[in-house]
Amino acid sequence: MGRKLLLEHINVPGINTLKVYREKGGYKAVEKAIKTMSTDDVVEEVKKSGLRGRGGAGFPTGMKWSFLAKPEGVARYLVCNADESEPGTFKDRYLMTHIPHALIEGMIVASYALGANTSYIYVRGEMMPQIRILEKAIEEAKAAGFLGQNILGSGYDLELYVQPGGGAYICGEETALLESLEGKRGNPRIKPPFPAIAGLYGCPTVVNNVESIAAVVPIINDGGEEYAKIGIGRSTGTKLISASGNINKPGVYEIELGVTVEDFIYSDEYCGGIANGKKLKAVVAGGSSVPILPANLILNTVNGEKRLMSYESLSDGGFETGSMLGSGGFIAYDEDQCIVRNTWNFARFYHHESCGQCSPCREGTGWMEKVLHRLEYGHGKMSDMDLLVDVAKKIEGNTICPLGDAAAWPVASAIRHFRDEFDWHVSNPQLAVEQNYGLAHYADPLPVLAEV
Amino acid sequence: MLRVEEKQEVNFSADLLNKFGDIVGRYPDGKQKSALLPILHEVQAVYGWVSPEAMDKVAEFLDIQAIEVYEVATFYTMFFLRPQGKFVLEICRTGPCNIVGAEKIADYIGEKLGVKEGEVTADGLFSYRGVECLAACGYAPVLQIGPEYTFHENLTKESVDQLIEDLKRKN
Repeated sequence: MGRKLLLEHINVPGINTLKVYREKGGYKAVEKAIKTMSTDDVVEEVKKSGLRGRGGAGFPTGMKWSFLAKPEGVARYLVCNADESEPGTFKDRYLMTHIPHALIEGMIVASYALGANTSYIYVRGEMMPQIRILEKAIEEAKAAGFLGQNILGSGYDLELYVQPGGGAYICGEETALLESLEGKRGNPRIKPPFPAIAGLYGCPTVVNNVESIAAVVPIINDGGEEYAKIGIGRSTGTKLISASGNINKPGVYEIELGVTVEDFIYSDEYCGGIANGKKLKAVVAGGSSVPILPANLILNTVNGEKRLMSYESLSDGGFETGSMLGSGGFIAYDEDQCIVRNTWNFARFYHHESCGQCSPCREGTGWMEKVLHRLEYGHGKMSDMDLLVDVAKKIEGNTICPLGDAAAWPVASAIRHFRDEFDWHVSNPQLAVEQNYGLAHYADPLPVLAEV
Repeated sequence: MLRVEEKQEVNFSADLLNKFGDIVGRYPDGKQKSALLPILHEVQAVYGWVSPEAMDKVAEFLDIQAIEVYEVATFYTMFFLRPQGKFVLEICRTGPCNIVGAEKIADYIGEKLGVKEGEVTADGLFSYRGVECLAACGYAPVLQIGPEYTFHENLTKESVDQLIEDLKRKN
């Protein structure tokens, strides 16, 4: 069993309440940080931990904190990004539902480190039940003296508020999130200036994912060096993986970074293998935005090494033969799934969610959706695949925010790895509508796990 | 998009205005516009949708231009710009839900209610629509029902039947 830092007590009855959370050692990190550490000490521990942003980009959290501008007399803000909307990702919902105080505690420690006196948790609007849970947890924490004026007699003040979004994927992009928090449309801002210089209301701001902030708690409790001992290489610590699709045990798993992908998919500790005795065809390893990989390339790198659940190993091979850890949204596809249909589904998602600010993304995502739709419904042409690759290339890198890239990569990678399935849709238009290509040859035989 | 035939008399209750006031208190002075999304959610929870009249009143309350409210209400897909059924069934149709049968569930709901996506049943009780990823992929297929956005997971035809029965009884 891997070590659990975030979900260790997830099954303890009442862990969503302050009382039980404290019985399990909760809010010790707040006491330790505020009573015994300077703000710089806290930032230093997070730097030492090697924690990387858990929302998808993987940028070192401690580094992000150290970039925060601190001009005299200007407010600073910490904003938690709980706008979890990346298809395949549902870990933050899980954490906030079952162990909300882990996030509140992390918010207090992080706000203290950054010198923020007002912090916001921006939660996607659809998560109204989670918003209620967080508001209740904040009330409890405040009543216990962990929030409000003069926390634990230290002279440090902090108010924490929950802000609902309105159902826009783009608001997961940090500058769009800040726009939304200011009561505007979620149009991403041009960077620079980065939020660390001019963020919420033009003030220095740090935006961190739910899981990143919750991870600060064990880092402060055990020390950054202890945290960095878990994991592999620059992928330190534990990561929440949201597992979905055609597997026996979908759900949220906390893994030590570095377990093999094969173990993750087939062992009973995690996904428990592919459902209904089917074979694995493909995997989207880090949320819909990352390149899709066929079974053979997700289990092993092109050099024949076992692929690991880590930032480096999943991206081994670049975009030719690799993917990304992203947000940890792990979607498994069995042999019956149609890659063209799935790619069309994702393209529709990005078209729907494009904010419309940049023409390559606004127009390009629509083009890709239409072309993929005609391929899936038997009206495609052989030139469509090159057309799609061309459109994807023209979106990638030509937009203000990464949504354009996120829309382009799944399409480009699906064509790269499953081109014959796309071709088959063109040459067998009638069959393509009625049945699935069902290419079992993409799937390696079920691997036999070594005896434990 | 804002051409809506239905006119609506809007008078926010004292309770609701108090809620608005509390929400505005979360932000620094002069940044009351930040309250816009939370306030629109409150309006929709009471009225079932966000009418132009309601938007104008919200603009007045927040001391911002009406257009600032319109542009936000039309950008965010959670806000309904025309009346809906009392219960709006919003079914996730993205990736992971899709590969485990969300489309069939959506079709079944349409068939069962006897309406097309976006239409309201004759009794005014139900409407449904497909929405993008609801971040519940491990419990797919899923749907949600506002204004409290209760989640219904691992949907089957049977559980949809049960759900619709329960909602009818609840009414």
